[in-house]
Amino acid sequence: MRTRRTAAGIAAFAAAAVLVAGCSSSGGKDSEDKPEEGGGGKVSGPKLTIGMVTHSGKGDAFWDIVQKGAQAAADKDNVEFLYASDDQAQGQAQHVQSYIDKKVDGIIVTLAKPDAMKDVLGKAKAAGIPVITINSGGQFSKEYGALNHIGQDESVAGEAVGAELDKGSRKKALCVIHEQGNVSLEERCAGVKKAFGGDTENINVPGTDMPQTQSQIAAKLQATEGIDAIVTLNAGIAEAAIKAKGDAGSEAQVSTFDLNEAVTQQMKAKEIAFAVDQQPYLQGYLAVDGLWLYRNNLNVIGGGQQVLTGPAIVTEKDVAQLEKLTENGTR
Amino acid sequence: MTTATVDERLLRTSLWRKLLARPELGAVMGAVAVFIFFSFAADSFLRMSSLSTVLYAASTLGIMAVPVALLMIGGEFDLSAGVLVTSSALASSMISYQLTANVWVGVFVSLLVTLAIGIFNGFMLTRTKLPSFIVTLGTFLMLTGLNLGLTKAISGTVQTKSIADMEGFSSARKVFASEISLGGVNFKITILWWLALVAFATWILLRTRWGNWIFAVGGNGDAARAVGVPVTKTRIGLYMAVAFGAWISGQHLLFSFSRVQSGEGVGNELIYIVAAVIGGCLITGGYGSAIGSAFGALIFGMVSKGIVFAEWNADWYKFFLGAMLLLATLLNHWVRKRAEATK
Repeated sequence: MRTRRTAAGIAAFAAAAVLVAGCSSSGGKDSEDKPEEGGGGKVSGPKLTIGMVTHSGKGDAFWDIVQKGAQAAADKDNVEFLYASDDQAQGQAQHVQSYIDKKVDGIIVTLAKPDAMKDVLGKAKAAGIPVITINSGGQFSKEYGALNHIGQDESVAGEAVGAELDKGSRKKALCVIHEQGNVSLEERCAGVKKAFGGDTENINVPGTDMPQTQSQIAAKLQATEGIDAIVTLNAGIAEAAIKAKGDAGSEAQVSTFDLNEAVTQQMKAKEIAFAVDQQPYLQGYLAVDGLWLYRNNLNVIGGGQQVLTGPAIVTEKDVAQLEKLTENGTR
Repeated sequence: MTTATVDERLLRTSLWRKLLARPELGAVMGAVAVFIFFSFAADSFLRMSSLSTVLYAASTLGIMAVPVALLMIGGEFDLSAGVLVTSSALASSMISYQLTANVWVGVFVSLLVTLAIGIFNGFMLTRTKLPSFIVTLGTFLMLTGLNLGLTKAISGTVQTKSIADMEGFSSARKVFASEISLGGVNFKITILWWLALVAFATWILLRTRWGNWIFAVGGNGDAARAVGVPVTKTRIGLYMAVAFGAWISGQHLLFSFSRVQSGEGVGNELIYIVAAVIGGCLITGGYGSAIGSAFGALIFGMVSKGIVFAEWNADWYKFFLGAMLLLATLLNHWVRKRAEATK
């Protein structure tokens, strides 16, 4: 009896808290613009099923945008879009195998851990399922029998950052790796180091713990004199870098890979100097479209060559145009 | 005539002996050793601003290490503690945003939600009698999925929207994520939360009936039940304590960044356990201290930041981290062995 009364009391308390504290007159859901109902034509043709398997950890904002692009193309192309991800190579390969067993009409896959995907992509080829690779691992795409690769060359993107740092006459850069041993992150930092005229140092941070990431970067800024540029490799870490800069009393310029709503806001506030966008939406969209074109007309986008979606350098000047799009989560 | 033997419980022990017998002694020695080591190895380690960074790192772990230590003394584990922090932050953020309510509404509803998850853990454990490893592993996985699934279903993306422009944000930030300036150096408020939790937990363990219950439940649950200790309530209470710690950490996460990534927190549960064990908790339960967990977290904070201050090669970071923690724990173990030998 007593427990029921306690539960009722808690519920009443929660309800009262909502009523008493009342509403926020600023921000929140009420301040959002209501989405417009998008029209747009649809293609006719047989319904296809396309599966995408990525190396994303759970809940990575970047992959969410990729999925959105893929879903948009799928809606347009009359395609049923399936998605699975695993940050462990073995799990990723198993997901691909299950799509082969399911006899899907096309598979989109990332090659962050290329060796683990080799066998299973061979099986896809044997089963006659066309494969398009996206994002990282472009150099292995052809070898493993994929139609083509749609993504960004990580070292080229890193070099673009290095060149941009030179333009801002920076002397010493810190490249923040948020996932130790990830090949494409290492390639980005190596690219920065290669193109940048000044010194580049790497630091490893625990990417799933923001306070620890923040204090790790702060410690590095306090320990090493003269760091005047921090390069982060995803948008979430950029936020931690800005905070760390404040903690350490550093004047370093923050720039980041990847774009999202938070990054555009920070560029507007001049906290982030520039962002390197690899257009994840485009990677998802083109991959689905590419498989549809191949299935229906045997077309191959890019003629089998790598199709680059980045690096596009975005600065404060572009913010006005991109703000709405990043808010919707498509850029 | 034989001399009357005095009951050993009436023997007076010296203060020194008492100190030696404390579970946290080894961790204190380990912390001192690590501190001295990095004072020499890293030039910038001894600056006040650097120590503030180290204390911040230690405090965000320490806030969770305290209740996790209590839970381990009570003989159980909580593998869901790391993602529970993220769940708590997500709940607070999304409730405020979706209702366009004052953020304090989200903060308090999040407390209820988080405590409810703690009760769920405790209830499942005491009802099923399964090992806490299995029960909380289940909760860990479910919460990881819920964090992502609900965030995406509600916010449309995998991170929550910023609540920085909402009412109550600045006052909530003062409570959970502000800084206090001492002699020109800024210290994070999480350090105060941490110290307060350590003091409160120590009081409970050493001065109250609940403390006796916790030790008794962890030492031998059946025997404790036989002498009238409310075993079930104690266990559920301990899981609620972990949930409370997760709530504080979660609110800190939310109010320092104003938005939350749904995939965070995975893996931290083990670091909390490591901090408690370095601090003298036994994995088998029945022994340990809250102060010890604080020194465990401090050792972890000093080592993880000290390696950066010492500017050792970043590629070897994890190796150094593991090696230093092992050394600190070995020293801890050795000191405790010596202390027991002198008893």
